[in-house]
Amino acid sequence: MSVYYTKEHEWIRVDGDIATVGITDFAQGQLGDVVFVEVPDAGRHLARGGEAAVVESVKAASDVYAPVGGEVIEGNQALVDDPALVNSDPEGEGWFFKIRLADTHEINDLMNAEQYKAFCDQQ
Amino acid sequence: MSDSGNLLPLDAWHRRLGARMVPFAGYAMPIQYEGILAEHRWTRESAGLFDVSHMGQLLIAGPGVEKALEALLPADLALLKEGRPKYSMLLTDDGGIIDDLMVTRRGDHFYMVVNGATKEGDIEWLRGNLPQSVVLDHMKEQALLALQGPKAAEALGRLVPEVANLTFMTGDAFTIAGIRTWISRSGYTGEDGFEISAPAGSVEALADLLLDQPEVKPIGLGARDSLRLEAGLPLYGHDLDLTTTPVEADLAFALAKRRREAGGFRGWYRIARELAEGPVRKRVGVAIDGRQPVREGALVVDPEGNEVGKVTSGGFSPTLEAPIAMAYVPIAEAAPGTAVSLAQRGRIFTGRVVPMPFVPHRYHRKGAGL
Repeated sequence: MSVYYTKEHEWIRVDGDIATVGITDFAQGQLGDVVFVEVPDAGRHLARGGEAAVVESVKAASDVYAPVGGEVIEGNQALVDDPALVNSDPEGEGWFFKIRLADTHEINDLMNAEQYKAFCDQQ
Repeated sequence: MSDSGNLLPLDAWHRRLGARMVPFAGYAMPIQYEGILAEHRWTRESAGLFDVSHMGQLLIAGPGVEKALEALLPADLALLKEGRPKYSMLLTDDGGIIDDLMVTRRGDHFYMVVNGATKEGDIEWLRGNLPQSVVLDHMKEQALLALQGPKAAEALGRLVPEVANLTFMTGDAFTIAGIRTWISRSGYTGEDGFEISAPAGSVEALADLLLDQPEVKPIGLGARDSLRLEAGLPLYGHDLDLTTTPVEADLAFALAKRRREAGGFRGWYRIARELAEGPVRKRVGVAIDGRQPVREGALVVDPEGNEVGKVTSGGFSPTLEAPIAMAYVPIAEAAPGTAVSLAQRGRIFTGRVVPMPFVPHRYHRKGAGL
């Protein structure tokens, strides 16, 4: 199992052809207190780079884009019910959705933890 | 100087306290310290310290100053007693709002506080529209703090017990630890509290004294915005601008009785007509269904999807734990209880008109006891 990152500050935990997607601790820190989350329903097909979820803090609304394409197998209902999980546990209980990868090669374009850390340090 | 190039007198103080600084009104300003929700709740439960030194503090004086200001403001300055801040507005000839402000008679002059983002334009406009005999001094060396919340009086009273004598919308001069201040019992959160004008060179010592009180924490601009939204208080540049009139903005309380009848101020013709016949639209509060905030820029739409109004402020109310907004709606749809449809990013949200404030004011009014 490996974890990858995007320049949009999403993390993607890949296990076989199943990926779990969320936003990083850096992202939640930038957003501030999250008050609303919308996640995709199971069965929805997401194109890579397409709008997948919505996260709203007290300050502003942000879209979460699909870092990889595929079919959603689960949206995190616990997160919808308690959006503050994004702040308290962004890379654990605060995951957004799980997706069955349409093309496992897409993960090759993502950053690893070290590359992502270097990317954040430049922000 | 760049848009965010001006530094507040407390710039280093904010950074020491861990503030996240953002550009606002031409200044680097603290948007938050520990987090907007926590700061919002702290202010509602205890006392929050806000640095609002970006606001413009003006002294206006000279022969005929009262009459000269009455030509520009819809307030009854002839009736205005010493040390009583009054909410008023600068108006265009067409009744549009140039800025909203507080004006206080202090001896032979008037003390005026205007918005930070608009102060340079206000000063230029005032100087261009006041007679030669009246002089305007921009008090650039003066800082402004606000201490707001149910425990503000207890905290400030420990430093200057005499503030207990102030009631809502009264002010006076006080000395705190040798620092000369002007304090009014007023604010922008809906809570009891104070606004404290002090020399920029002494404001850090004053801020430290206030922060030493156990009731007090520093509060950023983020919570200032969510607090004023819950209190139903409009923000210039968002809920008020050159295209909105005081009647449309539901600020008719600021139009003094004598002035409404006799006029003699800019914009009176249109304002008198709107008072008599009703405005075409009105600023109202909207409680939004569900949990997702509807923000500034969203449209108010009719059942066919046509634009009939707009949201001018919106966000998540930490106190109500629900989304709330201010919007301009057609006057026929402005009554509390009326259903409202809002369009944002291609989606329709529903809600209903509700009276403002969304969260009750808790001012320390005269005669209200403790």
